[in-house]
Amino acid sequence: MDLIISTISQGLLWAVMAIGVYLTFRVLDIADLTVEGSFPLGAATAASLLTAGYNPVLAIIIACIAGMLSGVITGVLHTKLKIPALLAGILTMIALYSVNLRIMGKANISLLQIDTIFTIFPSSLSRQMTILIIGFIIVLVVSIINYWFFGTEIGAAVRATGFNQNMIRANGINTDLTIVLGLLLSNGLVAISGALVAQSNGFADVGMGVGTIVIGLASVIIGEVLFGTKSFRNCLISVILGSIVYRIVIAIVLQLGMPPNDLKLFTAILVTLALSLPLFQAKINERKRKAANHA
Amino acid sequence: MFIMKNWKFTVLALAAVFASSLIAGCGSQSANNSQKKSFKIGVIQLVEHNALDAANKGFIQGLKDRGYVEGKNITVDQQNAQADQSNLQNIAQRFVSNNDDLICAIATPAAQTMANATKKIPIVGTAITDYKAARLVTSDEKPGGNVTGTSDMSPIKKQIDLLIKLFPNAKTIGTVYSSSEINSEIQVKAMTQYAESKGLTVKTATVSTVNDIQQAAQSLVGSVDVFYEPTDNIIASAMPTLTAITDAAKIPVICAEPNMVKKGGLATYGIDYYKLGIQTGHMAADILDGKSKPADMPIETAKDLKITINKKDAATLGITIPADLEKNADIIE
Repeated sequence: MDLIISTISQGLLWAVMAIGVYLTFRVLDIADLTVEGSFPLGAATAASLLTAGYNPVLAIIIACIAGMLSGVITGVLHTKLKIPALLAGILTMIALYSVNLRIMGKANISLLQIDTIFTIFPSSLSRQMTILIIGFIIVLVVSIINYWFFGTEIGAAVRATGFNQNMIRANGINTDLTIVLGLLLSNGLVAISGALVAQSNGFADVGMGVGTIVIGLASVIIGEVLFGTKSFRNCLISVILGSIVYRIVIAIVLQLGMPPNDLKLFTAILVTLALSLPLFQAKINERKRKAANHA
Repeated sequence: MFIMKNWKFTVLALAAVFASSLIAGCGSQSANNSQKKSFKIGVIQLVEHNALDAANKGFIQGLKDRGYVEGKNITVDQQNAQADQSNLQNIAQRFVSNNDDLICAIATPAAQTMANATKKIPIVGTAITDYKAARLVTSDEKPGGNVTGTSDMSPIKKQIDLLIKLFPNAKTIGTVYSSSEINSEIQVKAMTQYAESKGLTVKTATVSTVNDIQQAAQSLVGSVDVFYEPTDNIIASAMPTLTAITDAAKIPVICAEPNMVKKGGLATYGIDYYKLGIQTGHMAADILDGKSKPADMPIETAKDLKITINKKDAATLGITIPADLEKNADIIE
């Protein structure tokens, strides 16, 4: 039972990052690698502030702002200096490695025996249950803010940017601005997730970001395939559930005794399958239609 | 022809089946042939590389030395996070939900994740430099919690003694290390303190990437008699770059660990991770025996140190190694 709770709570904490990846990958239609740097940036910022005795909520907010700044840098590199989005993200990611070391002053900060967002509320609940509840609240707040924002005029413009930049420009909207805004939001969320994961794991480490983008993409794609993409609200819920399903799948394969060495390969196959399912679905439907026509 | 009509439903159903199998959990099938209780031991390793793998093998050997054998009276659950720290959390939860009797954590983040996941299950760590800085223990002498283990802090004083023994006329030690590694900084500080107490002076140059090594080393050539290199990841990965400069200038390099000597350094007095693992296994056996508790088991440092000498490099430098040193050393030809 503990395993179930902890798997779901991990899924929730990482879901905030997955929403961030969804915003760049699906909404803006660019693969943003900044996340591999902004995830540990959030962790590094929050951990440094927590060890200095700051309030955990404030630490997470400042971590989020730091993440937003990194998104803005990628956005400026991409829109103003005309560097391809993928490369711009890589450049920021590399730069952030040094920045994270600067912020922490060392490669690893321990948060054991320090007050975190998961320990400040007095409760009789187990630690895992507390993480689950706080994780759920944060995901809910983040989702509501996103839902509200992308319903506003500027939010709608950001969403439209990913569809058809020319049409948006024809409507007199500055696409440079909407791209930067999208990257800002995305990396802000990723940094929040990093801050939360560091607090639940008990340490921040400069190597935390490795594989973040794959986890994010896997969550987004698994969510889309299993839970649909009918509307923006549906997409948000799909991504969150996708993140939880991803964690459950990983927990199951580990529990069934798969060597952790094969996990990366397994994840890649899983994502490939999830991505190709709609195609198979379409093929099957076509067959059915043909069969019906022949009848 | 079989057509899956509702594959979404099927996938979800499968997930549900799996999830319920998770709840059911993996019941321990301990074959109780002996009178003894069978212990469940979880081993969590951060990443695969030579030093950590050796420590892991040593741990299992150390348990064996004390009569704890896999399949007989212990079951060992080996897990490796493959440097992906998000996997550490999954592995930690797996150990906790399996109610393991003891956990061996290899490398700092692995131990931190474990210590965060359980306050009850005894944890022995290895390949961790500084337990106190990682907040795993309240003090090295009296850990006070459920964590204890062995530290891989390199024996800097002994290494400098070796340096003095080999080069009694040396006056200045040069060291190149990376500015982004806290471990190197700690080691260089300690080394400087000890070297100065022995009447030597130390000159440092820092690098931020592998690409700076050549310039940094070159800047010290001419003003130093011998190099000392800490267990710095950047330097360790680019020893040939460093020794290309130092060999040309006929300056010997004393290193903090054997792998750096294998890659072109001259000598070290260093840690054998396999033996450190054995030591950790013995500590774990003390806990399983019920003899001691992690809270009062002091952190141990390596008891078995060995000298490693690179004879090929000695020949390049035109150095003869004293026979008494060579006798007990691991020789790299």
